[in-house]
Amino acid sequence: MSSIMKFAPIALKNFFSKPVTVKYPAEPIIYPEGSRGHVVIDSEQCISCGMCQRVCPTGAITVDREAKTWTINRFDCLVCAYCVLKCPKKCLEIKEGYQAPGKTKYSETCTKEPEEKIEPEEKKEEN
Amino acid sequence: MGKRSIIPYGPQHPVLPEPIHLDLVVEDERIIEAIPSIGFVHRGLESLITKKDYNAMVYVVERTCGICSFMHGMTYCEGIEQIMNIEVPGRAMYLRTIWGEMSRIHSHLLWLGLLADGYGFESLFYQTWRIREKVLDIFEATTGGRVIFSVNKVGGCIRDMNQDKLNMILRELDDIEKKVKEIQKTFLFDYSVQSRLKGIGILTKEQVHDLSCVGPFARASGLDMDMRYLGKDAYKDLEFHAITSNDGDCYARCEVRVREIFQSIDLIREAIGKIPDGEIDAPVKGLPNGETFMRVEQPRGEAIYYIKTSGKAFVDRLRIRTPTFANLPGLCETLKGANLADVGLLVLSIDPCISCTER
Repeated sequence: MSSIMKFAPIALKNFFSKPVTVKYPAEPIIYPEGSRGHVVIDSEQCISCGMCQRVCPTGAITVDREAKTWTINRFDCLVCAYCVLKCPKKCLEIKEGYQAPGKTKYSETCTKEPEEKIEPEEKKEEN
Repeated sequence: MGKRSIIPYGPQHPVLPEPIHLDLVVEDERIIEAIPSIGFVHRGLESLITKKDYNAMVYVVERTCGICSFMHGMTYCEGIEQIMNIEVPGRAMYLRTIWGEMSRIHSHLLWLGLLADGYGFESLFYQTWRIREKVLDIFEATTGGRVIFSVNKVGGCIRDMNQDKLNMILRELDDIEKKVKEIQKTFLFDYSVQSRLKGIGILTKEQVHDLSCVGPFARASGLDMDMRYLGKDAYKDLEFHAITSNDGDCYARCEVRVREIFQSIDLIREAIGKIPDGEIDAPVKGLPNGETFMRVEQPRGEAIYYIKTSGKAFVDRLRIRTPTFANLPGLCETLKGANLADVGLLVLSIDPCISCTER
């Protein structure tokens, strides 16, 4: 049972309908809930145990116990969520949205201040 | 007898998804012999067992391949669970089966698109991958990632799917089934497509058995061998018969894979209807001690994992035998006597996943 031009109906329908692609960045991308985009930390709960640094498969997380900082290199992070699984205080979580591109591989540091509110500060390091 | 010359084929070729090199001994447009060389994407993943403990190895093993990544993680977890005698709860087994069968649908749709590109039909390639985007959207909504899922762990699954998500999967599968039915008319019944696929690369059932080919490549020649018959996970409760064909040419391999897409959709519907309630992971105590073989039906065929442990947090030896590696001798056999213009389609008909082959 073979004949020619079996694809013609699909091609004609496609010719008269609008394109499927999302015109990013003019149209925003809507990520579904639960999509793995990037890791965020709740610095107030963090006890600087270093567990996330030990289990990270790529070594993207660095924890400084004395200075109580938590640094992540977002370019190395796979967003596998293993650190979220292993954190004893459950202060890490995954949010939607991928990290912004950049010219050098910068790291992001979150410092735990004892009294004041926490602000994440960006520290650019040379590649 | 004419003069023989050697034509190098690949690693860079528009038809190949991944780099493989073949030296084709050619005499007047007919191929006499093909000598393969692999090793262009060898990353040495198996040697990472010395650096990462057995829990973190799941993430490494998942990244062996981008197309069959879920099944790799699942096989590794099942191997470690067999060594440690962990009883995985029923709901986790059903979830793994559902994701595994969707992974198979995704892989076959990807292959169909590449096959269409192989014989020059680019519009069909794009339409098939448009259907595949729907499957990837399901994956992102249920597991968080489009290609690498990271939902397996030793003992069960990390994420659960509630009834809303399962109903969403059923709705999307109806839509996917309708679209694949439209597309299959062109893949199976169009005159110009058939004239390129029918009658090339024929292997008989005895040849396929002697060369130890696996997967849809072997089933298209009549060999009824499928690791889902072993009854692991949810397959013991589902009704399943492997799809075979008797022709053994490229058209039969295409037909087997198209029908497997529909079979997977039916299996997922059956599994969603029968999924039990309960926990999704079991507690893991102690360290693994022992060795095991674990066999699983990946989209391309049977994959074997050999894991050896001896009571430490690090695995002693991990050896992965992937299905494309077993099909390479079959490929060289199909190439004997073929025309030079058919080489691209014959290489694609084994569904080559060279990054699995070389890890």
